[in-house]
Amino acid sequence: MTTDDKLYTGAQMVMESFLREGVDTIFGLPGGANLPLYDVLENGGVGIRPVPEGVVPKEYPIRHYLVKHEQCAAHAADAYARVTGKAGVCYGTSGPGATNLVTGIANAFMDSVPLVCVTGQVISALIGRDGFQEADIQGITIPITKHNELVRNVNEIPRAMQEAFYIATTGRPGPVLVDIPRDVLQHTGKFYWQDKVQLRGYKPYTNGVDRDEVAKAAELIEQAERPIILSGHGVIISHAFAEVRELAEKANIPVITTLLGISGFPGTHPLYLGMPGMHGMYWNNIAISEADLLIGVGMRFDDRVTGRLKDFAPKAKIIHLEIDPAEIGKNVKPDATLRGDAKASLRELNKHVSHKPRERWFSWLDEMRRKHPSIVIRETEEVLPQYVIQQIYEATKGDCYVVTGVGQHQMWAAQYFWYDRPNSFVTSGGLGTMGFEVPAAMGAQVAAPNDTVWSICGDGGFMMTLQELATIAEYRWPIKFAIVNNNVLGMVRQWQELFYKNNLVATPLKNPDFVKLAEAFGILGLRAEKKLDVKPVIETAMSHPGPVVIDFQVKYDENCYPMVPPGASLDETIDQPTYAFEPKRVSDERRKVAVR
Amino acid sequence: MNGPSAQMRSGFGKIRPHTIIALVEDRPGVLNRIASKWRQRGFNIESLAVGHSEKPGLSRMTFVVDADTNAEQVVRQLDKLIDVVHIRDVSHEDIVSRELAMVKVKADRETRSHIIDIAEVFKAEVVDVEPDSIIIEATGDENHIDSLVNLLRDYEIIELVRTGRVAMLRGPEVSHPHEEDDEQYERAPGIHTW
Ligand SMILES: Cc1cc2nc3c(=O)[nH]c(=O)nc-3n(C[C@H](O)[C@H](O)[C@H](O)COP(=O)(O)OP(=O)(O)OC[C@H]3O[C@@H](n4cnc5c(N)ncnc54)[C@H](O)[C@@H]3O)c2cc1C
Ligand SMILES: Cc1ncc(C[n+]2csc(CCOP(=O)(O)OP(=O)(O)O)c2C)c(N)n1
Ligand SMILES: [Mg+2]
Repeated sequence: MTTDDKLYTGAQMVMESFLREGVDTIFGLPGGANLPLYDVLENGGVGIRPVPEGVVPKEYPIRHYLVKHEQCAAHAADAYARVTGKAGVCYGTSGPGATNLVTGIANAFMDSVPLVCVTGQVISALIGRDGFQEADIQGITIPITKHNELVRNVNEIPRAMQEAFYIATTGRPGPVLVDIPRDVLQHTGKFYWQDKVQLRGYKPYTNGVDRDEVAKAAELIEQAERPIILSGHGVIISHAFAEVRELAEKANIPVITTLLGISGFPGTHPLYLGMPGMHGMYWNNIAISEADLLIGVGMRFDDRVTGRLKDFAPKAKIIHLEIDPAEIGKNVKPDATLRGDAKASLRELNKHVSHKPRERWFSWLDEMRRKHPSIVIRETEEVLPQYVIQQIYEATKGDCYVVTGVGQHQMWAAQYFWYDRPNSFVTSGGLGTMGFEVPAAMGAQVAAPNDTVWSICGDGGFMMTLQELATIAEYRWPIKFAIVNNNVLGMVRQWQELFYKNNLVATPLKNPDFVKLAEAFGILGLRAEKKLDVKPVIETAMSHPGPVVIDFQVKYDENCYPMVPPGASLDETIDQPTYAFEPKRVSDERRKVAVR
Repeated sequence: MNGPSAQMRSGFGKIRPHTIIALVEDRPGVLNRIASKWRQRGFNIESLAVGHSEKPGLSRMTFVVDADTNAEQVVRQLDKLIDVVHIRDVSHEDIVSRELAMVKVKADRETRSHIIDIAEVFKAEVVDVEPDSIIIEATGDENHIDSLVNLLRDYEIIELVRTGRVAMLRGPEVSHPHEEDDEQYERAPGIHTW
């Protein structure tokens, strides 16, 4: 326990906790109930004491970015957390401010992203009495937070904050909400800080790796003739990049990444096979159905990955490396389980594996890829959305962060881009939140100020959060927004076409002029209507020092393939329909054949 | 409060109502969090009893839930709650379970002694006697209470209240063992290299 004799207000305590936790960034928007938190920003409580060791002192140790809608504060903090690996922090006031955070919190919860959300609450005397702007945000967020707390006493604030960061960032990460009434933020007290957080009901660590299970897993790998590594988001969370790669190379096993696992393994590595599942590579889905061993690392066998569960990987034994006991055996029953942090487990496992040629497996995979190209760009008059993504890849060579919205463009960004930078792909997987593309790009840019951030946007999603262009213009974040503008809620239109007899109800969009819109915010707007425009427009955007919005006018009714129809199993994947002319295969140059 | 039907019991070949005991932080909102998980999965809580435990600041809960085998998933999810220190499904373990009931029955000079006789047979206590009524307090497992209540129905029950089941493992073992502090390790700092 540490304390000093100084009296702190509740708001200063929050700030002091941030400093001790190494927080440098807050996204938020003020209101009556959280004003005390704003009153101590960038003056008084902040920056007057030496910053803790290891934290680089800045002009202001903590910067607050004013968003235009609290949902975007939560999404920006979410992306900031994904890129840095630290907890993202956001603020909202009571009532509507807090409820506006809800979508962002749910998004972070589904994708195991560490967030600390601090909301102002109405004064204690009004709680439970329908006070002005009162919402029971603790009650509302119980199912979508890892933990939450309503702090009723000023002396509890440091403990609550310390626990919030501890809970958010350890074990399986997740969002934590701390709700503080305005009067509690104004009361004064002493600041007690524990040396170590101790929670009787929370044990995020395991006692090392279970040696028996490691031996069992190593034996399964040794025996396997057709093994696959399924690398997930947990690999990125635990920074196990080098360890997954070592397992793959040492034991000579091909790697598939889930949507959220993308950029956990080098995209142009010869052992890399791309994404599985609903819009995964055809060869992957068939390979999973043929495999005799699946090594799931930090992934939760989501239904978009497995297809119809009862027919998932019928021939495979399963090794599951997973930190959350509730995930083990939830969807598939593992034959060996390495519970704990993926990095630690892999390090142990890697000691016990050895190289096997697996020639038949690799030539089978190779044959599959030859027969079923899965990703192809046809020669067309119109601009194909896939072409736009591929051209952005060609222009950047993947040296950037890629943020996406949700829909077809998201899938194409996963399929037609090769992520050779670790942890460079930021997308909303579990909740699938349209509108993520704009605020998440902000968070990524703040987290990586010296890198380029490309946001691949849906026209539908962009329209959900575009008010943040004002924020982007204000802070001059040089984000490149590529709107894959098909003038339609494309993914839903595809479902209507395929499963609802093409009954296109409520999917076509009447969009504004995105170029003029950007200009109205003081942002450079560009447009590409023809294929020939695409490259130059990307180049202009890249050479422009500020933010850019590009309106790529793409084919309206392009479908996203491969596709596992809803309810079908992976071996019923529909590959690209055959086209009348020979398509240009994108896969050839990038995904080299993995025969050894 | 109706127990599960025989068909439900045999239909799954499993005992449907699960008895689950938990050691939880004595804090506002705990019940809300736990109930929320059962609700989300559509499981009905048949009974719930909460009270202080032998450890300061911790309460012990017993709940009986109408659930199939999937209860295991929910129990694991509940275990993840920060406020849940330990949780255990004891449905298939050797337990002692009890509940307490108070039954207010209409009683006059004529029927009073009959009612008291019944109470005695069930080792129940008479805790209140008025000219027109009598309150019987009984403890036992559900069957015991059910039988008592059934007999008392002949005398017009005015009010019935039951605590729901509380349960405990037989033998010297504590139902919620104290877990040793796990060895901690620091996650490597954010090295983003392959
Ligand atoms: C329109 C749309 C289409 C989609 N289509 C596909 C698709 O075709 N294919 C696909 O793959 N996905 C698809 N998704 C995404 C899908 O819904 C899931 O979000 C995704 O598959 C989950 O990936 P994951 O299990 O790797 O990550 P998460 O859901 O984030 O799970 C991570 C897992 O890792 C564990 N973990 C966390 N930290 C650690 C650690 N340190 N050590 C070990 N384990 C850890 C967690 O406990 C958890 O179990 C789609 C999403 C959308 C919106
Ligand atoms: C907030 C929200 N509402 C609805 C949906 C359902 N949905 C999934 S994809 C999609 C269409 C997205 O359209 P757009 O952003 O234009 O992307 P496209 O599919 O056209 O590339 C919709 C409506 C969603 N995922 N999120
Ligand atoms: Mg669209």
